[in-house]
Parts: sequence; structure tokens; C-alpha cells
Amino acid sequence: MSSQQDREKKKKRQQIIRTAILGVLAIAIIYTIVVNVTANEDIVEVGDEAPDFMLVDLEGNTHQLSDYRGEGVFLNFWGTWCGPCKKEMPHMEKYYNEFKDEGVNILAVNIAESDLKVQSFANTYGLSFPIVIDKTKSVRDAYNIRPLPTTLLIGPDGKVKKIIQQEMSEEEIKTYMESIMPS
Amino acid sequence: MSFIKCECGHQNPEGTDICQNCGRPLSKEEKSKRLADMRYDGAAIRSKTHKRSIVDKIWNFFSSVKIGVSIIIAILVASAIGTILPQVFYVPATSEAQAAQYYEDNYGLFGKIYNALGLSDLYGSWWFMTLVGMLGISLVVVSLDRGIPLYKSLKNQRVDRHPSFLKRQRLYGEGNVQDPDAVMQKAAEKLKEKRYKIREKNGALLAEKGRWARWGPYVNHLGLILFLFGVMLRALPGFYVDESMWIREGEISAVKGAPGLYLENKGFSFDMYTQENTNEVFSEAIDRVGSVASNYQTDVALYETPEGALPGSTNAELVKEYSIVVNKPLKHEGFHIFQMDFKLDELSAMTFALEQKESGESLGELTVNLADPQKEYDLGNGAKVELLDYYPDFSGFEDGEPQTATPVPNNPAFLFKMTTPETPEGETSFVAIRQTLEPLGENTYKLAFQSADTRDVSGLTVRKDKTIPVIALGGLIFMIGVVQGSYFNHRRFWIRKSDDGRIQVAGHTSKNWVALQRELDAVTEHAGLPAYTDQRDKEGHSDKSEGVSNT
Repeated sequence: MSSQQDREKKKKRQQIIRTAILGVLAIAIIYTIVVNVTANEDIVEVGDEAPDFMLVDLEGNTHQLSDYRGEGVFLNFWGTWCGPCKKEMPHMEKYYNEFKDEGVNILAVNIAESDLKVQSFANTYGLSFPIVIDKTKSVRDAYNIRPLPTTLLIGPDGKVKKIIQQEMSEEEIKTYMESIMPS
Repeated sequence: MSFIKCECGHQNPEGTDICQNCGRPLSKEEKSKRLADMRYDGAAIRSKTHKRSIVDKIWNFFSSVKIGVSIIIAILVASAIGTILPQVFYVPATSEAQAAQYYEDNYGLFGKIYNALGLSDLYGSWWFMTLVGMLGISLVVVSLDRGIPLYKSLKNQRVDRHPSFLKRQRLYGEGNVQDPDAVMQKAAEKLKEKRYKIREKNGALLAEKGRWARWGPYVNHLGLILFLFGVMLRALPGFYVDESMWIREGEISAVKGAPGLYLENKGFSFDMYTQENTNEVFSEAIDRVGSVASNYQTDVALYETPEGALPGSTNAELVKEYSIVVNKPLKHEGFHIFQMDFKLDELSAMTFALEQKESGESLGELTVNLADPQKEYDLGNGAKVELLDYYPDFSGFEDGEPQTATPVPNNPAFLFKMTTPETPEGETSFVAIRQTLEPLGENTYKLAFQSADTRDVSGLTVRKDKTIPVIALGGLIFMIGVVQGSYFNHRRFWIRKSDDGRIQVAGHTSKNWVALQRELDAVTEHAGLPAYTDQRDKEGHSDKSEGVSNT
């Protein structure tokens, strides 16, 4: 083999090594930046699979989120002391009765309050949808819920369709429920 | 790749300054210099050997020391600007919109621009991370680009360099001696004594020591790259957690940032040094400030749910019990849980007595656990108290309804229904602190406040950092590189005799020319070498490219 060919070969190899080194570095850096910039404090984002959980309601029935696969779930995090929660709950009750036969469920997750307080709240507002209490705040952490109320719309496929971090009006609740109705 | 052919016949890659075989100057620039540029031993740095494709252009961009220094300066300037206004995590805002509002309200247009540019969250802004990433690329490329040719050049260096190479070294001397062979031999002896490695060939001698000091800057860069890699890992899920949580005595709470772990607060204690329990040590301080804290401690039990258990499930098993005190965190599976804060004396239970108003006769007492109030308290003898509703943080009435501001029992209020044999229909009473209302008419009985229990709240911080070993190793390697390059020198002497009995001697070091001269003085005296001069002194200016080879 002549030294000319040798040199050509060496040059080609060097080119490949350079491309590989720059490529690996670029991918690592771009990945880091993308992860950092998109990772705000929301662990769960629209389009993600809603983390499964298992909580007990006021009647002692266990509710597991994945059991509702195939139906829409209107997942509402709330507190008895929270003003906006008090305002939207009666509207939720109204549309719960309208949509429960259409395959849209409500799960209202209270964050670690006492049974008595939650029960009296449910009685006061005549709520019939299941209310579960997250005693150890583990579900709150799994969804990293910050303001109350926070509502997640979960489609029949188990994916998060929308996250609402404020009070919802009556019309909004209706639209949201329609949006997760199984077709 | 094109080549430069030296007079000696050696093919050098394009960009070579000094022939890698004999040491003759090759480039025009090099030929014009009186002293040889020994920074990379005259080897062609890689970025100069190709200049064609896009990859080569990017490579050349990053291989420039100027670019590297510019990136460092840009990072420094950005970091400095980032200290002008408080960073976003010190700002009282829970959302991005609130933060933006805060900067605009407090700092006007400047604040608005500052926030919009991402200076308010400097380390989280994409362009800052890009700059740091570019610095990383620059470090890798610069090291490869210079380190590899330098390594090859030093590894393959010839013993018998061309006379012009010797002549162009900073320390240089030439002259006639009586017996060149004896002089060479004595010089070799002395150099060996000074722990030089000696190679001889064709009447030329190369003495060398401390070559590894030349790798200092590259070891140093390797440490920095490792350090940056460790910082990069923090972004990946599972490598880094830093959360804080509040937990009341008696509560079981999920550990923030650690799915599957639960903590029970079995009691918080806060102790003081007093005049009684301490000897002399703190007495002066106690006299001055009144009290000195001796201990903050949270006794906890750690529980873990089995692998794959869902959030909310209750089948957690006890892992261990532990007392967390300051600087002695609870450690489990890479998580460290630290004692960070506390709140003392939050109301936890209230005791009331059911009394006949007129006679003051008591029908019994009931204690309401504020964390888990009961619906009904049976006092026996036909007397019972029902708790209709409970308001942990009573804040007044709205449309006749009692309101609670928070779920924390700061100002508890109760709506009781009292039933006694005397009042079988029941009487309703609204009881708050220092306030009792009888909404449905005058009552015969009342609930008289007897006592209250309190509990403390522990503030804990949850940390996990798997990147520490990588970052620490990077720091260590960095320091090794600094020491290697700064405190050790690469020293070389070339001695060459020609047929007519002349001897040439030349010396070079990466640092510390005084020490090199001292060694050459000793060798010259012992062997009778011709006197040398420091050629830089004659030039009358300092050669900037020499000496500062670190970074």
C-alpha cells in the first residue's frame, strides 16, 4: 500500500472520530438543556400517562385510577377551606349526575384533612361523587399539586388531556367533561 | 492533507512549525523567529491540519484558545449580571407569571428585561447552559487537538537534532573543547546523577526529565470535563433531589421527592442549655442572651412500600426508627433527611366540660383531637355531645356560615349539639376561642373550655445527590493536573559534537528557567562544556508564548 493511500485512510478515520466526538458532545448538551428547560415543577404534564394511585373514599370503597381506563376521569384536588373549591363543587355535582352515565367520572381528592371535616363538607353541598382523602399526601406529591383547586382531565386512554390550576366556571366544567367523554 | 517536506527528507503534516525529525524550522513564521516556539514542540496542532468540511470548521472554532477564553469571559459576565437582582427562587412567587409581575413591579423596565432574558433564573436559562456546554466542547477539543500531537511529538523525538534547532533554543552555548568524547561522557554522568534520562546517538545526546509535567494542563482539563459532566447528571431524573417538607408530631407523611417512602414524626424536641444543666462553658452566653439552644431533634419512623406499590396504598413496612438531629440526617437509599426547621406548640387537642349553666354542675368531659375529630362523644348517663362541624382556622361568618381560612388549627371553632336527659331534643352551640354563640336560642347547657394540648411541627429537608462522587473526582483530578503542571517541569538538554571538535549545548524547560540554569551550570563545571548564554536576555523582550503553558 502506498503512503498516499495510507494518508487518505488516516484522514478519513480522523474525520469520523471528530464527527463522533462533536456529535456525542452536542447530543449530551442538547439533551441536558432540553431536560432542564422543560422541567418546570410540573411532574405530570399534558400528554403524560396519569400516575396511578389507590385511595379510600368516605364510604370505605377503594378507588384505583387505572380501574377507570376506558372512561374519562375528572380528577379534582381540593380542600374544605378553599374558597374556589366551595364555588365549583356544586357545579361539578350537577354535571356529575348528567355525565356519569356517559362514561365520565369525578374523583375528588382531599389533601389530608380529617374525615369529619370532609364528610360535613360533602353533606353541606350534597355531593354524591366519590371523595377520597390523601392522608399521607403521597398522591399530591406524585402529581406535585401546588395551588388548590387543581383539576386534571384524564381521557379514556389514561392520558392527561388538560391541567387546570384555578377555579372553573359552570360552563367550563361542562365543556371539560364533554372533552373526556369516551366516543 | 498536504505535507511539508523538510530538507532532511521527513514528511511533516501541514502546519508543522519545527520538523518532527531533525528540528529544522519549517514555517515562514518559525524561520523568522530567533528562538524556537516549543509550546507543542513545534508539532502541527490538529486544527491546522485540515480545513475543509463543516465538521472541520466547527472543530477549528472550538480548538481556538481565543474562543475558549471568550466563552469563559461570557460566562463570568453573565454570572456577574445575574447577581444584580435577586434570583427567581428568592422571589415571593409561585408561578412564572407572578414572578414576571414581581420583577416588573419592583424593578421597572430593567426588571422586565432582566426576567425576559432569563437572567432571573440564570442557571436554568437555555443560553447559559449552552455557554457552559460550549465550554465543555472547547475543553475536549482543545485537549485532543493539542495534547495528542504534543504526546506524539515528544514520544518520537529524535536524539540528534539539526544544529539549527539547538542554536534556536533559549539556553545555548557552543565552543571547541580538547576531548569532545570525554566531555560528552562526563556531562552524561553528571546529568544521570541529576536523574535525567539519557539517550545518545551519532555523537548527539538528549537528556530529559519530568516529561509528565507537560500533561498537567490536559489532566486539569479532564478534571473540569468530569466536573461539568457531574453537574450535567443533576438534570437527569433520579440523580438529584432537594425538597423540604413539614411534618407534625404524630403524622405519617409521604417523603417529598422519594416515592414509596413515608415518615412518621414520633416527637420533636428542642432543648436549651440552662444554668443548671451546663457547666461553665455557656454560662456567659446564657447570661448575655438568656438561652442557648442545645438540640433540635425529630424522632422518626421510616416506612417503605413494596416495589411497585401505588401512591396512597397503606401497606408500608417499617424500615427503621431514627432520631434526626442537626447534621445527623436519616440516611436511606441515597436519601438524606435533615433537621432544618420547626414550629412549636400548634394546637392538637381541646378538652371541654359539659356544664349546666345555672348550677355549674359538670356532666363529664370530652377531648377533641383536632387532627381527627369524632362525630359523637358519649359522656355516659344519657349525656352526649355531637360535633356537627369543625373549623380549624375560624375567620368569621359569610352568609351566616362559619368560614375557615386554612386547614391549620390556628383558631379552632366547633359547632356542637349537646344532648342530656334534661334536654333530650338537643341544644346547638357554636364554640370558638373566647366566644360562644347559641344560634338556635338560649341553651341550658354549655361546653366550658378546660385545657388544650399542643404539638410541634418539624421542618425537614430531603436531599439526594448521586453526582457528588463524580464532581469530587473531577475536582481531585483538576487539582492533580494543576500540581502536575505547576510544580513539576519538563527539562531537556541537547549536546552535540561535530567532527571538528566543536560542541553545541542547548537547554529547554517548560517552567522555572533559573533551576534549569543551575543544573546546566553544575554540568558545565563538571564536564567542561562550552559556556552558554540565555538568548532571551539578548533579545530584550519576553517571549509570551513561552512559560505560560498552563490552561
